[in-house]
Amino acid sequence: MTHLDGNAIAGVLEQLFGRDLTLASSRCTGCGAMREVADIHVYRSAGIVARCPDCDTVLFRIVEARDRMWLDFRGFSSLQVRS
Amino acid sequence: MTETPRVRTLILDVDGWPGHRAGQHVDVRLTAEDGYQAERSYSLASAPEDPPALTVERLDDGEVSPYLVDEVVPGDRFELRGPVGGYFVWDADALPEPLLLVAGGSGVVPLMAMLRHRAAAGSTVPAKLLYSSRTYEEVIYREELERLDGRGDGLEIVHTLTRAQPLGWTGHAGRVDVDLLREVSFPARRNPRVFVCGPTSFVEAVAEGLVSLGHRPGRIRTERFGGT
Repeated sequence: MTHLDGNAIAGVLEQLFGRDLTLASSRCTGCGAMREVADIHVYRSAGIVARCPDCDTVLFRIVEARDRMWLDFRGFSSLQVRS
Repeated sequence: MTETPRVRTLILDVDGWPGHRAGQHVDVRLTAEDGYQAERSYSLASAPEDPPALTVERLDDGEVSPYLVDEVVPGDRFELRGPVGGYFVWDADALPEPLLLVAGGSGVVPLMAMLRHRAAAGSTVPAKLLYSSRTYEEVIYREELERLDGRGDGLEIVHTLTRAQPLGWTGHAGRVDVDLLREVSFPARRNPRVFVCGPTSFVEAVAEGLVSLGHRPGRIRTERFGGT
């Protein structure tokens, strides 16, 4: 499956976090790389899987159902946003 | 409005539209009678100075685009989320740095919003659009791009056609590669702001090519929309 990037899930992330996250800097638990969220690789099928462009570690997963969402953000060791 | 046989522009009438920035997109959500939902992202094609408009390409196996391109009629309603995204945006009142836009296929849509914004705001920052299409007939916004190119306000538009070229074609032929980027883009020493949008493989090839020509990765903003 071809990946998209973090721009494609800007709307979902904004719904969850209440702000635009595409410019936020994230750090990967796998390799330590810092990347803007817009730049990470995103795979969409039944849910959303985001992977590190550098080492392919799963950064986070989001599954949406009709009345709830499941979130697993285990691959981010930090997320830096402008205050 | 029909742009090409596969591409249509829809002008939206949104209650309480907060305004948008050039390059942002919206998420369109369709809900079937049985409750099944499908959601896709579409770039806003219009300048922030104009009402929101989407330009949508029909994907034959798509769940949302065939409806938007072939079925929707004036007066239909559907659910939107947005405008969203703060990364892939350009504001005309930003620093007057050269602007380099590279589009593959319908990746031209958010870049067109930037060019329309540039024209509406009276900006004269040097700008180039390098636009790759498969065929002449598939060039989206062809006539409007000609008009923008002819304004003499510092914009240059370069087309390349990858699959077939009409008789007498004077533009480029073939895919965007390092040689074409070197020939038509601003040199890296002018430190342009760069926006690249298109299919994933196109975006990654162009970004790598620009980096190999000395452009700093941090100056290159990319938006990928998956397969061709």
